[in-house]
Amino acid sequence: MSVSHVISSRRTGDETEGRILRYTLSERVHHWLGAFTYCYCLITGLAFWSPYMFWLAALVGGGPTARFWHPWLGLAFTLSMFWMYKMWRRDMLTTDADRRWSRVMKYYVENEDEKLPPVGRFNYGQKLFFWLMFYGVILLLISGIGLWFVESIPWSLRWLRYLAVTVHVVAALATIGGFIIHVYMGTAMVRGGFTSIIRGEVSTVWAKTHHRLWYEQITKGTSAQK
Amino acid sequence: MSQATLGIRRISGHAGPAPGDDVERDYQVCKLIDTTTCIGCKACEVACLEWNGYTFTDTVFDNSYQTMPETAWNYWNLIKFNEHEREDGSITLLMRKDQCMHCADPGCLTACPADGAIVQYTNGIVDFQQQNCIGCGYCVSGCPFDIPKFNPTTKKMFKCTLCVDRVSEGLEPACIKSCPTGCLHFGSKDDMKDLAETRAKQLRDNFGFEKAGVYDPAGVGGTGVIYVLHDVTNPEAYGGLPKDPRIPFLVRFWKGPAKWIGNLAMLGGILGVTLHYLRFGPKQVDAEKRENGGQP
Repeated sequence: MSVSHVISSRRTGDETEGRILRYTLSERVHHWLGAFTYCYCLITGLAFWSPYMFWLAALVGGGPTARFWHPWLGLAFTLSMFWMYKMWRRDMLTTDADRRWSRVMKYYVENEDEKLPPVGRFNYGQKLFFWLMFYGVILLLISGIGLWFVESIPWSLRWLRYLAVTVHVVAALATIGGFIIHVYMGTAMVRGGFTSIIRGEVSTVWAKTHHRLWYEQITKGTSAQK
Repeated sequence: MSQATLGIRRISGHAGPAPGDDVERDYQVCKLIDTTTCIGCKACEVACLEWNGYTFTDTVFDNSYQTMPETAWNYWNLIKFNEHEREDGSITLLMRKDQCMHCADPGCLTACPADGAIVQYTNGIVDFQQQNCIGCGYCVSGCPFDIPKFNPTTKKMFKCTLCVDRVSEGLEPACIKSCPTGCLHFGSKDDMKDLAETRAKQLRDNFGFEKAGVYDPAGVGGTGVIYVLHDVTNPEAYGGLPKDPRIPFLVRFWKGPAKWIGNLAMLGGILGVTLHYLRFGPKQVDAEKRENGGQP
């Protein structure tokens, strides 16, 4: 059976021949909208950040072009992040199971997953990343507007100009830290994760291994449960 | 802005030292503004517009003789008029020609991320090179005098060039040439300092301005534009001339330690995940587990 058929005919949690829909089309679209706009802001932002990386601006059409689009793509990233908040905020709440999991997180880092308590749709690390990006984008938005319209900040409130550059840089660096780990885990570390955010599907085994509580919850009452 | 054949000392946003740094040894140029002999005629404002090719735009009335509240991207030279109450209760009008100060330690250049958008020549002139400017406005945050201004049409920053094109050809700046009272002077920094100190001493000794002095703020390494003020202890009275201008601390932090902390953190993150992969490898849901029905 073709993958596209599963995606078009199944809702979250339905199981067919060992495949489960993990991310709906809407979730995937917003994830990749966020990913694209974030990467644009990252490349152009790094160009503005250091003379040793200013050459990155050439990749996207030169300094003035990068400067023109950076705030607009930043706004698009903000919107995609707010949309992800709307979709995922309930899934991202920290539970008691997360707290138990976080205490033994080192087993997760060291790939001794069998020693971990079962987790729901997202594990505690994913939730931390989500909230880091969510609060990060709020700081980036507010400070970014200050940088965008810096001349509109009156001279008597010039400390706001200085605060804006500082907050923007600190918030950006924090999200970059999360971003590096996120990309590493999503592509190299957790096999199957990258395809799930592209085509939306994971195998039953994958779901049972990494997100057992979520697996049990979505298959409850269905005859397909093994 | 200029095509001047001047030696370059520093370049903004540039990886590595400026090419030709310290090859040429010019004297420092300096503009001296004696506020005690300024009559507020605004000839310098007109000369600035005329030389730099800007037309006279609408003035903005703000309950004073001032042409507009602030300098603008196409209005680099503005006399600030301030009513000031003397100790005896009488009123005097303080007039100060406001423009780029051409700091020895320029905050605009420190903040600028664009390679070659701001240069400081060995003669001390700080000049914007609009062909390299990306219009980000960081210089606005870096400047302790609120001088750089954004042109929304071309999306480039502009400010006084100290007539670098004239100076590099051996001429004095246009504003100097137009001044009818001789309150504006131009020459080497040493000569202007001498002249300014002489005038300040004259004001103290003969005219009863006991606090008269020279404004050449050390916080930005001295400036290429210096003032003689009736009261050097209160520069704020002259249209908000800062008492102790410095490149803002947060701007210095951002362009200094934060850069290295941030770069090391980013490198550390990339190194960290690479080492993690080499040490622990991927999490695989392998065939063995699959046969087990997913039981680890």
